[in-house]
This record gives sequence, structure tokens and C-alpha cells, in this order.
Amino acid sequence: MTRSTHSIPRSIAAHAVLIAYTVIALFPVVVIVINSFKSRNAIFRSPLSFPTEKTFDLVGYTTVLNQGDFLLYFQNSFVVTVASLFFVLLFGAMAAFALAEYRFRGNSLMGLYLALGIMIPIRLGTVAILQLMVASGLVNTLTALILVYTAQGLPLAVFILSEFMRQVSDDLKDAGRIDGLSEYRIFFRLVLPLVRPAMATVAVFTMIPIWNDLWFPLILAPSEQTKTVTLGAQLFIGQYVTNWNAVLAALSLAILPVVILYLIFSRQMIRGITSGAVK
Amino acid sequence: MTATSKTPIRWHVAVFLAPAVLVYTAVMIVPLFGTLQLSLFNRSGQEAVFFAGLDNFRTLFFDPRWAASFWNALWNNTWFFIIHMLVQNPIGIALAALLSSPKLRFSAFYRTAIFIPTILSFVIVGFAWKLILSPLWGVAPNLLDLVGLKSLFAPWLGKEEYALTTLGLISVWQFIGIPMMLIYAALLSIPDEVIEAAECDGITGMGQFWKIKLPLILPAIGIISILTFVGNFNAFDLIYSAQGALAGPSYSTDILGTFLYRTFFGFQLQTGDPYMGSTIASMMFFIILTGVCLYLFAIQTRLRRYQF
Repeated sequence: MTRSTHSIPRSIAAHAVLIAYTVIALFPVVVIVINSFKSRNAIFRSPLSFPTEKTFDLVGYTTVLNQGDFLLYFQNSFVVTVASLFFVLLFGAMAAFALAEYRFRGNSLMGLYLALGIMIPIRLGTVAILQLMVASGLVNTLTALILVYTAQGLPLAVFILSEFMRQVSDDLKDAGRIDGLSEYRIFFRLVLPLVRPAMATVAVFTMIPIWNDLWFPLILAPSEQTKTVTLGAQLFIGQYVTNWNAVLAALSLAILPVVILYLIFSRQMIRGITSGAVK
Repeated sequence: MTATSKTPIRWHVAVFLAPAVLVYTAVMIVPLFGTLQLSLFNRSGQEAVFFAGLDNFRTLFFDPRWAASFWNALWNNTWFFIIHMLVQNPIGIALAALLSSPKLRFSAFYRTAIFIPTILSFVIVGFAWKLILSPLWGVAPNLLDLVGLKSLFAPWLGKEEYALTTLGLISVWQFIGIPMMLIYAALLSIPDEVIEAAECDGITGMGQFWKIKLPLILPAIGIISILTFVGNFNAFDLIYSAQGALAGPSYSTDILGTFLYRTFFGFQLQTGDPYMGSTIASMMFFIILTGVCLYLFAIQTRLRRYQF
């Protein structure tokens, strides 16, 4: 706990606590994934053992792939997440640049207005959002979800990115201006490449809640054609609740992509949290 | 800082701001106020929508058909929040304190592993725990058996008196990574000189944590508290995926989010009611707004004193 006392018993105790908590954090995930590869009997007889040659069975996965339209759901989730991410990053970076770079009347007021959405969840406007989508005929389209998630992601993106854009050297931008670059070129050619690490951090923070959201797919786009994987898994599991193989396989299929993505980006994400988020 | 262009109206500023401001205003701010406005209206019969003033709120608070559900959801939500404050944040702080000790090996591994539940969707978390705690499957009873406590096992999610607390603890399990990370970052940002000065004065070990580090990370604790507050009073997904829209057993796990969903969309025999739905959403808005203002004006200004 301190730098002066790294005696051996103390560090053993620290490791013991951390290992214990790591086990608590990972245990449910591991149990779900290992059991998804087992036959029905083995799931019930020995839930805590790894699949052996005798108990290995992919029947859950075949049920999921045959029954649910998971490929379509994955595609929908993918389209929604990538499109929202694109718009959040582009619009967010543009607005952040305007706020960080130019002095104009109402600058800080605009910053405050955009930051409002960090604390007030967009979910509270659901009733009117649904009316808006009904009026514009966007119900049961992926566009509705993309619009909502773009609005949801923007406040935090503008907030974080404008912090980073303030750090980009003025000399560089002025040099660009002397060379006759337009403001747009300065933004796209000079500033954007420099804040790429911050963009990656924002991307990870924006992506996870979008991929995992259940509320808006349930309300705005519940049709078969537009279901996201989270909603699809929720309905599938509700329907197949007694088919344990299928349920466990569906859960594992939903867990694995997120965990793999996380492991790829975790360094970026942790650096992001520990650098800017707190101050 | 000032742009060098000499044109009187700098159109590029507007161009840079426009897309974000338009989408944000149209899809977030306008519906938010639209919802607040709808809560002041009601409908009689088929079509006639009329201005109802604060009648909807009066119905929500005092009408016996609504009041019981509303106060039940509000109290459950408060209890949900209390569990997070009492369990999630202290454990998160303790883990962060352990992780931030210098020369700790594998700390990157622990950080990554403990954060994994946070990235999973509520649907996965809800169902995974439902399976694990299920008396049918027997993972939980088997585990308790290993430590000789099998008699303690109960179908926690199915019992009125335990269900909400169990769900609260599941949510704590999922979100512990957030306070852990934020506090970890705050602990790392404490200047070395402060720690060295404390060591020169002979303050080490636990004493150093309580007397030196804890006061310095109070602003970060303020941030995690308000994040927890907003997250909890806006929660829905976990309860919905583990217990369904009816928030069973017999509404014992009903929180404002599930209550809003049922009211707005209707369930079983009750038809959906956008006006009462907006009223509940407005109440959630006011509750969250009160919390945020309280944090900004009271807590944050007092905590400033400790900052560098």
C-alpha cells in the first residue's frame, strides 16, 4: 500500500486479495463459456469441470446458428456501432476543434451546453424520441438507432477531444495558415492525425455502451430485420430458456467478440482513463 | 488562439459546430424538453389532448393506483443506490489502493481482468448470474458446499426479500471496474513530494492511506459517487433482462427505469400511456438533476480546497 513498506508478507497479502477478486470477476464468465462446450448431461452433472473428450459437445452452437438469425443481428449491431462511432468521432472532433481553436461569442456557453449530455442520460427523453421517430417514419430502421447513439456519444467526445485539441501546438497551425492551408485542411490534415490517440480512447468509450444497449433497440427498432445482437440474444434466451445448451452458447457468442475487442484495446482504454478522465 | 482569417463572419466555425450541435439538439435536447412538456398534458377519451398542469404528478404521488408503485420503485431505486455506495465504491477504492502500490507485479493483468465484467452487456450479466444462482443448475449450491455453507443457499433472485439486494450486488460486480480505474488514476496523480514528505514525518502504511492519500482523492470519490447516482437512477437493462418487465417477484425489484418502461409501453392488460410515462421520466430527470446540482454546488466546491 505504500512505497516504504514492501515487506514480503504485505505483498503476499496484496496479491492474495487481488487474485481473490480476479477470480470473482472472471468466474461467472468462465463458467458460462466452458459449459457452452459441454453436452447437456455434463452441464448438470459437473458444471465446474472443463469439457473433456467425452463431454465435449457443440449442440448449443448449432442450435443457435440454425434457429436464431444471429448473423443478421451481428451485422445490424456492427452497422449501428460503426456508423454511430464514425459520426460521433467526426462531428465530435469538428465541434471540439471549433471550441478549442476559435474565440467567438458564446464559446464557453456552447461548451457547457454540449457538456450537459454527459450527466443527463438521453434515455429520459425516450417518450419524445419515439414520437419523433414515428413522425419521421424512422421507427424500425437502423437510422433511428444511429441518430440516437450519435447524440448520446457526442457530449463526452466533444469534452475529451477539446481537452486534447487545446494541447496541439499553435505554431504548427499558424505555419499551416502561412502556407495558405484553409481552416478545413488544417483540421483534417494537421490536427486530426495528432489527436489520433485521444480519438481511439473516445472510440472505445463510445463503442461499448452502443454495442451493449438494450433500451433503444427494444423501443425504436424491435423488428426482425433490425434487431441488434443484444436484443436478439435477449429474446432468443427468453424463448429457449429451457434449452441450456442453446442459452449458454448464445451467451458465449455474445461475450467473446466484446472480450476479444477489449483485450486488443485495453491498453489504450486504461491509458485513456488514467490520463485525462479524472482531471 | 484567435483565427487569422480576416472575414467578418467566420463561416468555418459554424461549419465545424453545426453537425454536432444539430444532431445533439434535435435528438437529445428537444426530446428531453418535449418529454418534460408532455408530462403536463393528458388525454381524455380517444383524441382530445388537454393541458393538465401538474395533475399527472399529483396522480403519481397520491392516486392509490399509481402512488404505491411509484414510491415502491423510488425506494427500491434508492436501496439499489445505497448498495452501490456501500459496497461498490469502498471495494473499488480498496482495489485501486492495492493496485497503485509501486513494485506490485502483474498489476496490468489484475486491472484488465477486474475490468472485464464492466464491458459485458447487461443482458449477458443478467442471464449469466441467473443461471449461476439457479437452484436447477446448482453451481452456487455446489460452491457453497465446498466451504461447508450449503445450508445458506436460497433461490436469491426468486425471493422477495433478497431479490433486489442480489441484483444490486450483481450490478456492483459488473461495475466495480469504473471506481477502481478512476481512483487508481487519482492515486497515481498524487505528487511524489507529498508522499515523500509524509514518509519523512514517519507516516507510512495504512496511516498514510487514511491521512494523506484519502483526503487527496476526495474529488475523485465525488466523481464516482455522482456517476454511480446517475447510473443507478437511470438503470433498467439489468433488472429487465434478469427479472423481466414485471420486475418480479411481485414488483420487489421494480426501479424507476422498469416502472417507466411498463407505464410507457404497457404490459399484459394495461395499455401504454405516454403522458404518465413522461411524468415518470420527468421525475427521473428532476431526481438526477437535483443530484448533479448538489454535487456541483455543494460537494465539488468544498472539495476544491484539497486540490492542488
